[in-house]
Amino acid sequence: MLLALTVPLVAVPLVVAARRRPNLRESVTLIAATLLFGLVVSLAPQVMDGARPAVILAEPFPGLPLALALEPLGLLFALIASFLWLITSVYSIGYMRGHKEQHQTRFYAYFAIALAAVMGVAFAGNMLTLFVFYEVLTLSTYPLVTHAGTDQARRAGRVYLGLLLGTSIVFLLLAIAWTWLLAGTTDFTPGGILSGTAPAATLGLLLTLYVFGVGKAALMPFHRWLPAAMVAPTPVSALLHAVAVVKAGVFTILKVSVYLFGSGLMITLVASQWLQYVAAATILLASLVAMRQDNLKARLAYSTISQLGYVVLGALLANAAGIVGSAMHIATHAFGKITLFFCAGVILVATHKTEISQMRGLGRRMPITMMAFLIASLSIIGLPPAGGTWSKWYLAIGTLEAGQLALLAVLMISSLLNIAYLLPIPLHAFFSAPSGDNVPGGTYEAPLFSLAAIIITTLGCLVLFFYPGPLYQLASQIGR
Amino acid sequence: MQLGQHLPILQVVIPLLSAPLCLLLRNGRLAWMFTLAVSWLVLAGAVWLLLQVLAHGTVSYALGTWPAPWGIEYHLDHVSAFVLLIVSGISAVVLPFAGKSVAREIPADRVSLFYTLYLLCLTGLLGIVITGDAFNLFVFLEISALSSYALISQGRDRRALTASYHYLILGTIGATFILIGVGLLYMMTGTLNMQDLAARLPAVTDTRTVRTAFAFLVVGISLKLALFPLHLWLPNAYTYAPSVVTAFLAATATKVGVYVLLRFVFTIFGAAFAFQAMSLGPILLVLALLAIFNASTVAIFQDNLKRMLAYSSVAQIGYMVLGISFASLTGLTAGILHLFNHALMKGALFLALGAVFYQLGTVQLTQLRGLGRRMPWTMAAIVIGGLSLVGVPLTVGFISKWYLILAALESGWWPVAVLVLLGSLLAMVYIGRLVETAYFHAPPEDDREVREAPLSMLLPIWTLILANLYFGIDTSLTVGVARQAAALLLGVSP
Amino acid sequence: MATVLGLYNYWIAIFLMMTGFYVVIAHGNLVKKIVGLNIFQVAVFILYISMGKVRGGSAPILAEGVTSYSNPLPHVLILTAIVVGVATTALGLALVIRINEAYGTVEEDDIHSQDEPE
Repeated sequence: MLLALTVPLVAVPLVVAARRRPNLRESVTLIAATLLFGLVVSLAPQVMDGARPAVILAEPFPGLPLALALEPLGLLFALIASFLWLITSVYSIGYMRGHKEQHQTRFYAYFAIALAAVMGVAFAGNMLTLFVFYEVLTLSTYPLVTHAGTDQARRAGRVYLGLLLGTSIVFLLLAIAWTWLLAGTTDFTPGGILSGTAPAATLGLLLTLYVFGVGKAALMPFHRWLPAAMVAPTPVSALLHAVAVVKAGVFTILKVSVYLFGSGLMITLVASQWLQYVAAATILLASLVAMRQDNLKARLAYSTISQLGYVVLGALLANAAGIVGSAMHIATHAFGKITLFFCAGVILVATHKTEISQMRGLGRRMPITMMAFLIASLSIIGLPPAGGTWSKWYLAIGTLEAGQLALLAVLMISSLLNIAYLLPIPLHAFFSAPSGDNVPGGTYEAPLFSLAAIIITTLGCLVLFFYPGPLYQLASQIGR
Repeated sequence: MQLGQHLPILQVVIPLLSAPLCLLLRNGRLAWMFTLAVSWLVLAGAVWLLLQVLAHGTVSYALGTWPAPWGIEYHLDHVSAFVLLIVSGISAVVLPFAGKSVAREIPADRVSLFYTLYLLCLTGLLGIVITGDAFNLFVFLEISALSSYALISQGRDRRALTASYHYLILGTIGATFILIGVGLLYMMTGTLNMQDLAARLPAVTDTRTVRTAFAFLVVGISLKLALFPLHLWLPNAYTYAPSVVTAFLAATATKVGVYVLLRFVFTIFGAAFAFQAMSLGPILLVLALLAIFNASTVAIFQDNLKRMLAYSSVAQIGYMVLGISFASLTGLTAGILHLFNHALMKGALFLALGAVFYQLGTVQLTQLRGLGRRMPWTMAAIVIGGLSLVGVPLTVGFISKWYLILAALESGWWPVAVLVLLGSLLAMVYIGRLVETAYFHAPPEDDREVREAPLSMLLPIWTLILANLYFGIDTSLTVGVARQAAALLLGVSP
Repeated sequence: MATVLGLYNYWIAIFLMMTGFYVVIAHGNLVKKIVGLNIFQVAVFILYISMGKVRGGSAPILAEGVTSYSNPLPHVLILTAIVVGVATTALGLALVIRINEAYGTVEEDDIHSQDEPE
């Protein structure tokens, strides 16, 4: 486990050292990513068998160590993140070079640091450790978000840092200190550590602090940083804001729900219900806003906010189906969204277009890309043959089990909205008359590396539909 | 008669005697190296003394073998040893930096005089911490204060003179208040020895004299440690003083002030009298919170970076006093811990600013545009120091914040915990401004060749920064000593 | 009544203290401020010394047949404090000279207005 943290960190000085030889530098990143994925995969068998190894890193406070511990949810997150780092690195090579981006060394270096932080979040053994790596993640992604260095980037960076650090310092840290005082520990334990330590109202308040303190989950009203972060280069948006950063957020909430509060406690808390409504509102409102966005990345950003609401909802429902659904949704949404962002990126590089209205008829010129877009959209919507079907299925069962028919309705309506804001894009691209200069003059596809990455992630969406078994098995082990 | 036995007095005597010797060394470089040697010697002594205290408990030394309470006694417990380490440590790190910095900022014929003053200041600060006699404390206080006034006035800007003058007036009033307080205490108990005072005071605490003495002492000490609203001398003094002076004083003088407060309130008067009879807790709490918010907010609007950090210092002192106002074990631990942590943070930041001043000749924010590219190591140090101020995990700032919040929650004052965290957000704003300017803007048009700071400056800066990070992860030393010190002051077991 | 008059030394000390304090705060001339500071400090000295006097005690010099002595310790303390006061005054006046050289005035308001535009 320790190696999983150190491999990306070791890669950083190597990347910086190789800054004059781009091919060497990129190879370092690719090798590191492959190594990392291999390491994480090698940890899988232990976890499936029920082992829960742990490692203590340091002990800054007496009785409160910085510790790593392996469990199914963390493993799931780590697998997704490490695999997609590898793929994104492949994609980035195509994108950054095709787009002639500046400061590529800085980009790859901070990417590696961010991934190390993600590993730390995934493997955190207690809430404090998670908090530490959570903050490191925020800080290491700031240079990535503001990569362009323009005024717009700077302002976006302010919103990003302000919201994320603000919520984490004022709400999350307070919640963690309070938890420590109430329970005497912040260790993640199956069944939770908080039951019986305080009256329900207090625990409800604590839960609220946690949920709003995790700004990375983009729960309204602390969601503004996500659209703001779209100013970053697309690989950053793809990996970090469809996979690593936002997933770290919902992952944290899921962990808090399962391992700090425990399913039993969660179901009895009234506050949990109110927060479910907040999540539901986020799902709906974000979808509505997404429909009105013409900028492709902005639409995808709001779609992400909405999808994150699904995971939070499942975490708050805290019944077996809900938890499984959330965990699976972390995976399926990751693959789906990253594909969508990848497509957006190559469209930008190949045609310099960012607005959806400009993309009519683009399917003739970029067939592979738009096909991938179609499949990924199906995953997000939740239709076969894409993986999102299963995760939404289990979430729906979760709402039924909890007797929350209103929430079930929200899920249904939201899927309809998803269709409304996602499907038109590939459909118009293939079937509409071309707009502007989309004259069919031979294919004009994306750079090769990027295309390869897109194909792999699209296949991932399909694979998750046809072979959901391993994912389901891993997810259902959570909390044991 | 081993030398080690006399270490407490040597800690003060060595720098004291070195000062006139330094005066004789006309050569600036020689004076610097001499001061450096003395400072490192003192640091070694401080470390040795801390180890003694940790192993054997309090160290007591009677001057001239006159027994206490008739003679003057030097009394070292955990708090003293800790602050001693801070003062000598900071001095040892700042002096290597000073070589080049002082050579540039002070006229050549006055450099040896500068170091003489520095040694006197060091003597004063060390003496305050070691002594166990109330009047002796006043004497050392004045020694350090007078030399500080002189040091501050050495700044190149003429406003250094007026800043020094105002500090002189306010500081002398403060010191005189302390003198009155000590006098009144002497009137009631007939002794000046701190331990003896602590033993005799409970019998007479119900008198108006003692209460007045308490009031005078607290106000006088608050002036010295720049507690809101008696902080008005600090921004100007820190802004216009030479870089080395600012770095040294920011990291030591106010810490020693807090130490004096702890000594008088907890050891001499006792927590029961101070917090129950005189309700010191709420007063300190309110003033501390006002300090944090007022100073942090003002800091956001400053263009001169030294002034910005000076206001930040006032806010940080607020945090220390906040911890103390809880009068609980955790609260006191937090306050004492922050003494150490803030010394590391501010020491590093002011040294880094000194390096910027050395290369750039200015510390106006607008002039620092694009500096992240041209002085990468210095700016990186400032970023990390800034993150420490905000309280990001893995830095010492986080450790202090954690204990403060914990103390607030333990005492049931959860709104205070929220306020502490909001204060961090304010720090985020003014650090954010600095980071943005340095990294996001293009350098100004009059692009003189600005290179990275010399190694002799970078090494001390990075030593403090790495210490920031190290003690943010391995806190066994700092938290351990702070906790024991707090326990001792409160009279409970750690 | 007896106690009020009997404590006359304290009344004098307080009066002088407040006078000095007032001068420091109210006057804008830097030299006058230092003078005020001096008065303030002297008041404290008087406070100390007067408290050392023991009623019916003689000067604290060992002599035959004398049983009650005044307390010598406050005198010692005040000697130290006087020296400190002298040093402070000297430093203060030195600063005033330098300020005069730099600003051409020793009135606080004028100095303030000279610094304002910066």
